[in-house]
Amino acid sequence: MPTRRELLQRSATLAALMAGVGVLPGIARADAAGYAKAAFEAKSMAELTRTLGLATPTESKDVAIQGPDIAENGAVVPLGASTTLPGVKRLMLLVEKNPAMLTAMFDIDEHVDPAISTRAKMGQSSNVYAVAVMNDGRVLYAAKEVKVTLGGCGG
Amino acid sequence: MTDPMRIRAQASGDKATVRVLMSHEMETGQRKDAAGKTIPAWYIQEVTARLNGAPVLSAQWGPAVAKNPFLQFSVKGAKAGDKVSLTWVDNRGETRTDEATVS
Amino acid sequence: MRTTILAFAALTAATVASAQSKSAAEGIAEYRAMLADGNPAELFEAKGEELWKTRRGPKNASLEGCDLGRGAGVVKGAFVELPRWFADTQRVQDLESRLLTCMNTLQGLDAAEIAKTPFGKGEQKNLESLVAWIAAESHGMKFNLPQSQAAEKTMYEAGKRIFFFRGGPYDFACATCHGEDGKRIRLQDLPNITQHEGAGAAFGAWPAYRVSSGELWGMQRRLNDCYRQQRFPYPGYGSDATIALGVYMGVNAKGAESIAPAIKR
Repeated sequence: MPTRRELLQRSATLAALMAGVGVLPGIARADAAGYAKAAFEAKSMAELTRTLGLATPTESKDVAIQGPDIAENGAVVPLGASTTLPGVKRLMLLVEKNPAMLTAMFDIDEHVDPAISTRAKMGQSSNVYAVAVMNDGRVLYAAKEVKVTLGGCGG
Repeated sequence: MTDPMRIRAQASGDKATVRVLMSHEMETGQRKDAAGKTIPAWYIQEVTARLNGAPVLSAQWGPAVAKNPFLQFSVKGAKAGDKVSLTWVDNRGETRTDEATVS
Repeated sequence: MRTTILAFAALTAATVASAQSKSAAEGIAEYRAMLADGNPAELFEAKGEELWKTRRGPKNASLEGCDLGRGAGVVKGAFVELPRWFADTQRVQDLESRLLTCMNTLQGLDAAEIAKTPFGKGEQKNLESLVAWIAAESHGMKFNLPQSQAAEKTMYEAGKRIFFFRGGPYDFACATCHGEDGKRIRLQDLPNITQHEGAGAAFGAWPAYRVSSGELWGMQRRLNDCYRQQRFPYPGYGSDATIALGVYMGVNAKGAESIAPAIKR
């Protein structure tokens, strides 16, 4: 039985979809089932943690964010999130000054190392965060600044 | 029609490092074309990795993941000969699965 | 909540301070190294290999009979010996013009049409993939362009003249940017192509995947963009002028290792 919040989120998504379909008929666009759309629209760390129902994040030396100090082009910025702690549930990569902070989130269990690397688009120089959500509810993060010489979202 | 992923999986001890390159536009939906019309968002939303058919990693992505995405992770308990498969699903409902053997 | 914000701010200040102790060039080099593993050019290479073996065109033939200079169908090592003289066309040809020849003769595709097609569209997209794969098949090998034929030597001299030729509204030549040591545009170091090391760095890096546009650029497209930046009209796809420049760069690069397809801004 979907919660009221889920129903509201779904109707908001549906409204957006219908608006989209009106502009470009013929392209079927359906977000994947269970996709955390609202989380990927959150503009701040506070909004993100609220949307995902997470505790307030605290900085931790046991979480690491890998990334270059300078990215020649913001279109492709290698970012990695890792932690040495056991009991990680989820790893997330955030780019503070992007239109929405959340870039990607990975569900971690005993099958994989709690270390993920991918590449993000960054619109401008910004802090980037690796956030680890622990099984016991703690939310831990590490941050670094990545300078971008040429914004990577303009095409 | 989707293009194949490049998957490399290398065993080391009891783990395998998996590196994937996916072919996808990852359009944010923020850009405009030469005529000033917004280019619609088109990006991978879900990624699942499987070892010998069993899910080992699942991820949700937003449009800020770079075009032609790269992903690297390490699977525990993998050895040479095992099969690693990756599946992505995008916001249009298109999907792609590719497989590689751990070397 | 307030303590978290203060913590963020303090962390930012500390991070900025440490970042400034590394030079920009070092930072960029680090960034490029991070991207070297997992070059999206590999996606184009996979397509290129498939295209080489696919029967296409009015003649419904594959490119497997194409002679890239080392014999029909021999791809390994071909990239590092191009441009070179071809007896069947009586021309010195680079990789892309040679592919046009093969697509025409073997597959019946219209070479002139393809040459007129804008980069990144239609058959030009297929050429990108073919060029990526063929270059990859010589990855790590050393450039060894032949200079035994008279035409090959002439093309070298022609290429050198074109390289230094100043013209257009800004009176630019290739040499304006690439004729001296120590030049750069913003954060990109410009290789000195008149010297062995610079020529190797320049000639051995194309084709390349350009992250800024997520596109695979062959040498022809790279030259096209150079001419655009010089405010010159483009000499034409697969033209003698662009091939001559390839000979000049490639011969200067003799012995240097090819890293194509590379990854670029």
